[in-house]
Amino acid sequence: METLKLIFRNTLRHKLRTGLTLLGLVVAILSFGLLQTVVDAWYAGAEGAAPNRLITRNAISLVFPLPVHYRDKIRGVEGVKAVAGANWFGGVYQDVKNFFPQFAVEPGYFAIYPEYRIKNDELRAFERDRKGAIVGRKLAETYGFKIGDTVPIRGQIYPGNWEFTVQGIYDGAEAKTDTSQFFFHWDYLNETLKKRFPTRASQFGVFVVQVANADDAAAVSVAIDKQFRNSTAETLTETEKAFQIGFVKQTEALLIAIRIVSYVVIVIILAVMANTMAMTARERMGEYATLKALGFGPGFVSTLIYGESLAIALGGTVLGIALTFPIADWFGRKMGTLFPVFEVGNGTVMLQAACALAVGVIAAMLPARRAATVRIVDGLRAIG
Amino acid sequence: MAIPLRYTIRNLWTRKLTTLLTAGGMALVVFVFAAVQMLDAGLQATLVSTGQDDNIVVTRRSAGTEVQSSVDRVQAAIIESQPEIAIGADGQRLVSKETVVLITLPKRGSGVATNIMTRGIGPGGLTLRPQVKLVEGRMFKPGSAEIVVGRSVAERFDGAAIGDAMRFGGRDWYVVGVFDAGGSGFDSELWGDAEQLLQAFRRQNWSAVIARLTDAGQFAAIKARLEADPRLTLDVKREQQFYAEQSEQLSNFITILGLTLSVIFSIGATIGAMITMYAAVANRTGEIGTLRALGFRRSNVLLAFLFEAALLGMVGGVVGLALAALMQFVEISTLNWQSFSELAFRFTLTPAIAAKTIVFALLMGFAGGFLPALRAARLKIVDALRAA
Repeated sequence: METLKLIFRNTLRHKLRTGLTLLGLVVAILSFGLLQTVVDAWYAGAEGAAPNRLITRNAISLVFPLPVHYRDKIRGVEGVKAVAGANWFGGVYQDVKNFFPQFAVEPGYFAIYPEYRIKNDELRAFERDRKGAIVGRKLAETYGFKIGDTVPIRGQIYPGNWEFTVQGIYDGAEAKTDTSQFFFHWDYLNETLKKRFPTRASQFGVFVVQVANADDAAAVSVAIDKQFRNSTAETLTETEKAFQIGFVKQTEALLIAIRIVSYVVIVIILAVMANTMAMTARERMGEYATLKALGFGPGFVSTLIYGESLAIALGGTVLGIALTFPIADWFGRKMGTLFPVFEVGNGTVMLQAACALAVGVIAAMLPARRAATVRIVDGLRAIG
Repeated sequence: MAIPLRYTIRNLWTRKLTTLLTAGGMALVVFVFAAVQMLDAGLQATLVSTGQDDNIVVTRRSAGTEVQSSVDRVQAAIIESQPEIAIGADGQRLVSKETVVLITLPKRGSGVATNIMTRGIGPGGLTLRPQVKLVEGRMFKPGSAEIVVGRSVAERFDGAAIGDAMRFGGRDWYVVGVFDAGGSGFDSELWGDAEQLLQAFRRQNWSAVIARLTDAGQFAAIKARLEADPRLTLDVKREQQFYAEQSEQLSNFITILGLTLSVIFSIGATIGAMITMYAAVANRTGEIGTLRALGFRRSNVLLAFLFEAALLGMVGGVVGLALAALMQFVEISTLNWQSFSELAFRFTLTPAIAAKTIVFALLMGFAGGFLPALRAARLKIVDALRAA
């Protein structure tokens, strides 16, 4: 108890230095947490994937479509419960900066995605309106879309100016559900294409396949791809998770860079912290020698130094973690639909705490050893 | 009279551990600051060298990328007949009608399926890109199922070596050569015969038309005429501008993220410098009193400590920059969101970045040293001497 009190009083001896170190720690722990959350946000699409959903796409690459009649062939495959086709629309709302995903989907799409919670009457209104659209809660909040609003979108893949009427807003069943998407009728897209670009009509970008039993996912994938082997449009079927990870993997270099940088900030703060502890211990070398002369062992002296270092680290961690949540929340809202899900994970908080603990221990190592091994005479002679 | 520089330098030397830790922290911040800008500079350099100043790219209006674009044969013929387009040595117009698609290949080592831009070029395609040189094997024969691969594709992907066959579009394609495109975006592409690829993918339309102008100054004229032609719904862009726009999002992302991080990290390093400098002032209170008593002015003391802080920053800056310079040997490859295909580029150190980095390091030193130096300068001679 007395030891704790001594450690605590020690930390307050140089208020300015302790305060500055603490501030540095808070900034470091906070930015570490935010960077980890940014990386997590990248994987959010994969995290939100359901094990019983498969994605079938053209084997060459995603830019090649699949003919519409594949839907019925896929539905006939054993173990398939439901199929819905979708097209990536890739349009621009007002400005290129306002990115959000738009999909032209078939009516059955929402039944396969039960985590998109839509009110029944809104879904029916959507089904009745050929130009209707269903938008996610986060998307609606970002751009202020309300039910009944007309949303103009300029097509990039499908040329022209398209107009949609918001008929429903969906909520996510969980925090990790992506509610930044925009859905409209594939029929509307297709009929316009038939008139204007007949060669591009009656095609889907992907088919979302729901399997009756998630354990059969692998077998069903193989069976679907087998159906279309040696056809003009061979398919590649994979689980939704693998499909989403495929996107993330391609930008992996950037993610690795962000991860490395997030640890760099920890090393920077380690240097600052180690400096603080080294200076503190050097100034107090005379005191440590006195303590030893009074009969306290080297263990006690190093406990004092470790204790002080850990106390500062702990203070910085608690403050840093506490600040991470409101700032991540603010940042996530500021980024809008760019990061559909921006949540501080438990893993991030644990990593933050672990890093701070490591900083506290490593920073104290050298000064503690020096204080523990210093000869009393040398210590008493030392000047700060 | 100024306090000698040696005094400052020897002060830093005496407290080696502290100096090392403080400068080390700064060096890391400087490293991040420089590396991020080098990455962006590398990306820009890659895409700028991809485009030629007197080439134009014609794509479907508002398509944004070649992959999304489509230009039919009638439209392509109209473009080809424009008077601004140069005529090559063989008497043909310098035009390449290209078909651009994405195929997926597994990356060597990780096996990650990655989108590769695959370009079918016309007879003029090579002449239009003088930076492209064949370094291994031979060029594909027109009208055959042969392809040549860019240098960085050959290095990083399985099944992209000479003699390998790739299967896509319902047939096998044989790799017969490797080309080097001088560090431009073409290094991350596969090239084959445009007509062959068009057939394999069962397409009727070209993706884009590339043409050489007789003179770069003709651009405004041809752009105005083609974009006003009611038969065409096309965008005409300079090739350089076209490729610069392709990387806009990636470049913005790197710049914004990098600068934000540098600023936040510099707070940490500045705090480190501040702690060190406050301690330096506190430990040397007696010395400061003596210096003042000897006749040095407050401004001399202020300058001496500011110089010490700046020197600390300088050491951090030089070390950080040296570390960053090593990054020039690293090539990074990632998905370019706009073209949706793989792009490889290097960290590139330019003199401007080096200068900015050193200034940034000095600023960090000054920011950290200013308040402590002010405190040192404000000390009263009597108090300072008594404290010692």
